[in-house]
Amino acid sequence: MNDRSNLESVALKVVGSRPVRPDGADKVTGRANFGADLRLPGMLTGLVKRSPHAHARILGVDTAAARALPGVKAVVTAADFPDLEAIATQLGETATTLRDIGCNTMARDKALYVGHAVAAVAAISPEIAQEALALINVRYEVLPHVIEVEAAMAADAPVLHDTLFTKGVTPAPTRASNVAQVHKLSRGDVAAAFADPTQAEVVVQARYVTAPVHQGYIEPHACVASAGADGQHQVWVSTQGHFTVRTLCAQLLDIPISDVRVSAAEIGGGFGGKTTVYLEPLALALSRQAGRPVRMVMTRAEVFEATGPTAGAVMEVKLAARRDGTITAADVVLKFQAGAYAGAPVNQAGMCCLAAYDIPNVRVTGYDVVSNRPKATAYRAPGSPIGSFATESAIDELAQQLGMDPLELRLKNIAQVGSQSVYGMTFRDIAFADTLKAIQAHPHWTSPLPPNTGRGIACGYWFNYGGESSGAVYIAEDGGATVVSGNPDIGGSRASMAMMAAETLGLPIERVRAIVGDTASIGYSFVTGGSRVTFATGMAVVEAAKKVVQDLKRRAALQWDCDVAKVEWIDGAAHCTDPALDRQPLTLQAIAAKSAATGGPIGAESSVNAAGYSPGFAAHVCDIHVDPDTGCSTVVRYTAAQDVGRAIHPSYVEGQIQGGVAQGVGWALNEEYVYDTQGVMQNPGFLDYRMPVASDLPMIEALLVETAPNQRHPFGVKGVGEAPIVPPLPAVAAAVSRVVGARMRELPLSPPRVMEALLSRS
Amino acid sequence: MAQVRSIAQSVRDFTGGQDRFDIAAGNLRELLATLEARYPGIEEHLRTAMSVAVDGELHPDGWNLPLRRDAEVVFIPLIAGG
Repeated sequence: MNDRSNLESVALKVVGSRPVRPDGADKVTGRANFGADLRLPGMLTGLVKRSPHAHARILGVDTAAARALPGVKAVVTAADFPDLEAIATQLGETATTLRDIGCNTMARDKALYVGHAVAAVAAISPEIAQEALALINVRYEVLPHVIEVEAAMAADAPVLHDTLFTKGVTPAPTRASNVAQVHKLSRGDVAAAFADPTQAEVVVQARYVTAPVHQGYIEPHACVASAGADGQHQVWVSTQGHFTVRTLCAQLLDIPISDVRVSAAEIGGGFGGKTTVYLEPLALALSRQAGRPVRMVMTRAEVFEATGPTAGAVMEVKLAARRDGTITAADVVLKFQAGAYAGAPVNQAGMCCLAAYDIPNVRVTGYDVVSNRPKATAYRAPGSPIGSFATESAIDELAQQLGMDPLELRLKNIAQVGSQSVYGMTFRDIAFADTLKAIQAHPHWTSPLPPNTGRGIACGYWFNYGGESSGAVYIAEDGGATVVSGNPDIGGSRASMAMMAAETLGLPIERVRAIVGDTASIGYSFVTGGSRVTFATGMAVVEAAKKVVQDLKRRAALQWDCDVAKVEWIDGAAHCTDPALDRQPLTLQAIAAKSAATGGPIGAESSVNAAGYSPGFAAHVCDIHVDPDTGCSTVVRYTAAQDVGRAIHPSYVEGQIQGGVAQGVGWALNEEYVYDTQGVMQNPGFLDYRMPVASDLPMIEALLVETAPNQRHPFGVKGVGEAPIVPPLPAVAAAVSRVVGARMRELPLSPPRVMEALLSRS
Repeated sequence: MAQVRSIAQSVRDFTGGQDRFDIAAGNLRELLATLEARYPGIEEHLRTAMSVAVDGELHPDGWNLPLRRDAEVVFIPLIAGG
């Protein structure tokens, strides 16, 4: 547990404390309602017919036999959805087009991966729905397919989209290809730096590979949809953004946004993967046809085969440095798999992978490449863990080549307050140096290592985000408060919203309840993602609470016959500061009890488009034991420090860091999609797709660095949820490399791969 | 004069390779208009494909922001809020 001794002294009573989490009891007792838990009268079961081919032209879909089956109430295909324009849209941190989202939810003329939806049915029982799927006859022309990124970039690769012409190259190409876009970023003169022997006294150059990995949320995609006869549509869904579900369902079905109401269910994890739609438009279309509610729940295999993992990548990094460790230039090439439709997080990777360092000459070239895999979706700090695996590994290799301590090498090159980030913006309110020094000062860093155990260190960066959010605060007659926000609670936002409101109102946390409003009950709020909610929605909630305080002061002044300017709000009560008046303080409870006499119910709403978010920096050290007989790697100790601004609920912040580390360790050690020669995933289940479980990991020690609160947030908040997944990949690889005695440049570091390296060394 | 820059090749493609500009503008709209007058087509690209950071602060949709006289304005490939 963090002692928070580095936090400046401020008179906060609730913020920074560790109250019991408000959703805990319901979750551990099974009372929480997740996406699949809702039951409505007459509800049907919806199922999806999926492509068995990795790449095929759809010649025809015959649904007559399925429709004729007793008990089947609706069947939909692409013909039931409008053919949409390729309008750009933004989901989480992933840019895509409405047409691609539509074609991904229901294949239009081609199936682009095994598992791609080609039809859906709704029936009175799961058994009948399953039987109906078997009766749908889809005629395919099977086409050659391509899975790996560099194979997809080859001139003779099967082309997925005849209309995809590479953007970002001059002259514009005249032939379609699988390279959707080339992103180029640069500053300084990279070529000159590498050519200058005084700047390039030492050069490291290597190629790195990461596998695509799934977000691995425990709860599969699930929803219930009901299209009423009056034109009103309702959806209850497991999502990170019910406003985004509302917008996309409306656009994909060509209905007014205001005719769709979406409620966010309790969510069993999302990590970026639930920032888009898959089942929801299908369920609504089925419900519209059937005139009854439709419930749809994916199987785990469907989740793996038909929803977005993050990209896999092939990357090349070249670094130049002086012998004293000053990094003078970096040249990075990133080739990212986007899956079946464009939109890999390669641009973010390019901006993040060196953002933690002050390097004068940088060039990043990123390729966004489609192939016959499910469309990539956001995953926690999209792109940053991938690109940073390459650059952080290269920095570690540079340290070894220079004979320098890898932590000292980083300290020598880090971005500081006033540094211009590699993507141009000047940093302020950052504590990256303190974050690295927290690791340096920790006993872990200098502790002795047991046999066959290596130590790795790495850093990570994420932009964090702000954006549009809404919040409301309502006071009950007994003086308690309800906070309503428009963001599904994934990482503890109900707790943090309630705490910030309690702090502002001067109430004990036990008197404040936070709920998540549906799209008809609260103003628009962008998705729960980007590490934005405690920052942006928190700003909206605090603003709303401040409005309530102002109103409470007005009501007190009214009762006291005094000027409102002479009323102060201290510890949950109005105090009269007019020396001419002898007035006893009025508590919130007392004012609330007489609200009818002072203007009616007490409450306020606020909406913001929050700017001023500060980035997150993380520094991790880990010790990995490698079994020399099996190649199996085990994490024996892990310490993670992070620049968090100020922690509202430190336990949740520590949990975010621990969760990010666990996912990053899985990415580093075991997770990958394994395909056969036909493009069929061979491990679409948790038995064969190996994610770390509690027994695989030691206690992960989280160090909260609170020396640079974000001055633009009323309580100093920075986002915390994404940066911690960035360092584990290179940190684990650095540790394993030291045991193996050879640089491990391809993930995952599964036992066969490590064993092969051990055998090659011997 | 606002000090304007970008590291994106997509911006340089409009400007003949230039990525640093000093522009007198009271707000971002004026700045975009000045850039558009010099480099036709760049305004739409900046509005649809780029984010803007002013004085070290990223603004998701900050196209109406006022600018101080020596403001730092940086156009950054679009970052949205995984």
